[in-house]
This record gives sequence, structure tokens and C-alpha cells, in this order.
Amino acid sequence: MFESTALNDKNRRVEKLWRLLFCAMTVMLVVPVLLILGVLVVKGGPAISMDFLFTDPTDGMTAGGVFPALIGTVWLVAVALLLSVPLGVAAALYLSEYAPDNLLTRIINLAIINLAGVPSIVHALFGVGAFVIFFQFGTSILAASLTLAVMTLPVVIVATRESMQSVPHAFREACWNMGATRWQTIRHVVLPNSISGILTGVILEVSRTAGETAPIMFTGAALFLPYLPQSVWDQTMAMSLHLFVVATQVPGVPEHLPFGVALVLISMVLAMNAVSIGFRMYLRGKKKW
Amino acid sequence: MADPSALADSPGADSPAAEYAIRTRDLNLWYGTFQALFDVDLDIKDGIITSLIGPSGCGKSTLLRSINRIIDRLGYVRTTGSIEVLGHDVQRDDVELVQVRKQVGMVFQRPNPLPLSIRDNVIFGYRLHSGEKISKDRRDEIVEDALQQVLLWDQVKDRLGSPATALSLEEQQKLCIARLLPVKPALLLMDEPCSALDPEATSAVEELIWELRGRFTIVIVTHNMAQARRASDECVFMLMGKVIEHSPTERMFVTPTAQETSDYIEGRYG
Repeated sequence: MFESTALNDKNRRVEKLWRLLFCAMTVMLVVPVLLILGVLVVKGGPAISMDFLFTDPTDGMTAGGVFPALIGTVWLVAVALLLSVPLGVAAALYLSEYAPDNLLTRIINLAIINLAGVPSIVHALFGVGAFVIFFQFGTSILAASLTLAVMTLPVVIVATRESMQSVPHAFREACWNMGATRWQTIRHVVLPNSISGILTGVILEVSRTAGETAPIMFTGAALFLPYLPQSVWDQTMAMSLHLFVVATQVPGVPEHLPFGVALVLISMVLAMNAVSIGFRMYLRGKKKW
Repeated sequence: MADPSALADSPGADSPAAEYAIRTRDLNLWYGTFQALFDVDLDIKDGIITSLIGPSGCGKSTLLRSINRIIDRLGYVRTTGSIEVLGHDVQRDDVELVQVRKQVGMVFQRPNPLPLSIRDNVIFGYRLHSGEKISKDRRDEIVEDALQQVLLWDQVKDRLGSPATALSLEEQQKLCIARLLPVKPALLLMDEPCSALDPEATSAVEELIWELRGRFTIVIVTHNMAQARRASDECVFMLMGKVIEHSPTERMFVTPTAQETSDYIEGRYG
């Protein structure tokens, strides 16, 4: 009585097929990532050395290291984060915890999602118009980081809001019923329990900020500056732009150099991500539900 | 009750506040266009346990939630009529809701301890209302006292720092009651406090509720009639948003006056 029927066999075959298809798609996704990393390590690996990391580019950028660009990227990312994280988290807090669910709020939410879809070159031109020219910040780290911040704000806002929304509503109700204000509820319950999700947004932003070229090209990044920025008013070199330059703009660059630059850039991003992921796991471990 | 002058000119000041903890008059409530409560006139006596019974959707929870005005959060709720708590109209514009919620504690169907330690859960409400730093000794004293009152102290005294969400449902529900006590509320409203619990936990929580009788005015929403009968002094039967009958529990279950009540009690609907 328990023999499989023709229908069972057919269902099993279909099941197998779908499973195979999904599996194949996943493999197709992983292969390029491994290929990129593999090529970078193989081709760029020989270029990496302490000297490469800690010296200036020389000989018209065909030799030497990436030190000013590396430091410049750290500056750009740090300043952009300092600007966008507090702003983005505050906006997300308002949208998630305070704003009434009405047409205006929905329009704002839609606008934020659309902002995330604006091409980075458009952000770049906006940055030039707004920060470089109108606010007269000139081409500087400040202008470039502001542009990056505007570009990455939607990611922070959406990630933060989603992560706050995922805190069970019962916790809020419990607080309100004890007479807690919204801020007290946020401070003691919502924020501590959404911080790991917020960090996810920030991680995404770090990677993107470090890698973007267009928004900083016209607003604060320089092709070649043999000194380190001293303040946010200075221009700076940046890894992403440096990579673009040595890969396409300068003649006579040895093959391993652009790969080396790319490898350093990717490693930087991965290292920053690893730190944030570790921190996130630590916070999640402390989560109490 | 932030403003003492509200005491004097409140419309309920002349009523014997000592006798009634909650009085509603002509209370109507709409969710948008749906009317959930119809002309509810209710006098809940001070210091006893009153149970609210009736079939699902009859407005029990709505009534309960309008007493501490947490229902206002929904935004699309409109009420007419009056709700007096301890002799004061809680619907006046100058009422400080934080003070209302301090006097009126609420317990929910699903235990909802905060994702904090047991200790922090108990002290949470007190912290909100005290506004100053609490010394360690004072804190421990408050926590012990509250947990003693809900008969939970002996089970948890050695793990006050562990997460409250790891407790059993029964313990969680007791904790949810305990965390209301440090701010010394006058009323405890319980919205089906046992319906998520197994029979043993249910009787433990019922015992606790009975234990708290006299110290607080307690209103329990339940659709477990046996529970209403076991664990309350007075009983209010609601149907379709109206109060059908309000009488001492024993009388309601033995000689109900309204036909609807006896039908419900005998299990003909609900």
C-alpha cells in the first residue's frame, strides 16, 4: 500500500529539478566572487609589501606605494560615517517610532527608497553644486564626504528603520503601559535591540563609501598629492580614484600595480566589515529574546 | 493626578471615590466607523476582583484598554461619555497619561517581559517614574519586595541577572505583574492573563491574583467562565459592546437575571 505512484514519481522529479536549478544559481553567484578575489590575489599579491602600503607613489604613479590614497580613503569614510550615521539613525527613529502612518510619511519613505536608486554620478554633480560651490567648501574632504553621506543615507535609514520595526511590538506596548514615553521606550528597548541591524546598514555603507569613485572625483579627491590631508578642508587622494587612475589614465604602469591597489582596497573593506560583523555578533549574543 | 487642583473640581470629586475605583457613564467607543462599546455604565468597586466575561469581540478588552487610555494609541479611536478612575475623569485634556498609567497597571494575554534581565524588568517601571538614580540597596529592596509579592522570589532570587525571556510562561506572567508593583498602582487590569498558560500555571497565577486581592482593585478579562467564577468577587457580562449584567459572581452564576447571561453561562454561544 505504500508504493510510490506515478504522481509521486513525477513530483519527485520536478522537486529535484527545482532544487538543482536553485543550487546552480547559487553556485553561479559564488563563482564570480571567488574568481575576483582569486585573480586579485594572484595578480596583485606580488605587488603587496610593507613599502607598498606605507610609501608615496613615485615615477608618475607607475611605481611606489599607495599610502596617501589609503589614508585618504580612511578620512573620507570616517567623515562620511560621522555625518550620515547620526543623521540617518535619527531620521529612521522618527519614521519608525514617532511619525504617524499617513500619506506624508509614506511619501517620505518612498522618496528615501528612490534616493537610494539615484546614480552616483548624479550625486557627484549634486555634491559639486551644493557643497563645493554653494556652501563654498571647495574641493575638500568635507565636500566629498558630504556627498558620500547623502548618497549612503538612504541605506542607513532603511536598514535602521527595518531593524527597529523588527523589534516586537509587544515590548513597546509593555513600556507604554508602564507609562514610558516614546523616548524612554526607544532608549531602553528599541535601540538596544535594533543596534545589530543598524550596524548591518552601517557595514553596507562602509563598503560602498570606500569603493565609490564618481562622487568624490569632482568634490574632493585628487589624482596625485604627495602629502597627507591635515584637515577636512584639504583635498586628498583615495584608493578608488587611485585605482581608476593607475588602471586607465597613466601610461606605462606595470601590470601588478592596479591589481595590488585593488587588492588593498578590497582588503580594507573586508577588514572593516569583519570588525563590524564581529561587533554585531557580540551585540546579538547579548540580545535577550 | 499630577495636578492636585484637578482633585477639587473634578466631576467625580463628590462621588465616594473610596467605594468605586472605576466608573464609566454613557461610554461609547468607535474604531473608525465600527462602534465597539454602547452606553457602558459601570461601577467597579474598590479593592475587589471584578471579572469581565463575554464572547470574543464583545468589547471586554476594548473597555479595559480605554480605562488606562492605551487605546488612544490606535489613533482612529473616538470615544464619548466619561471614564473616571479613582474619582477623576481620565479623558480630560489636562490629564497626564503617564500618571494614569502609573495608577493603572496592565497585564496582557501573552506575557511580555522586556528583553532585559529579571531584575531590570522589575525595576523598569520604577525607574521610569522616579527620575533619579536608585541606589543599589534600594533597588535590590524594591526588586525583592515586588518578587515576594508575586510569589516568585524563591524561584528567581539566585538568577536575577539572567534574561527574563528565559523564564517559563507562568514565571514571565508573574514577573509582568511584579514589575507593575514598585510604582504602587491602585488598579491592576488583566487582559486574559492566563489564556497563554497551561492549567497548572493558570491555577498558580489565579492563586496569585487572589493573593493580591484587597491590596489592589483588580479587573480581569476572561472568557474562561470557570475562572471568572473561581477568581472574582463581582462579574460583568458583556455582549455586542453592551453591559448586560453586573452582579456578585455567585449570584450571576446561580441566578442570572438576563436571558443572554444564562444562555452564555450555559454555553449556548460564545
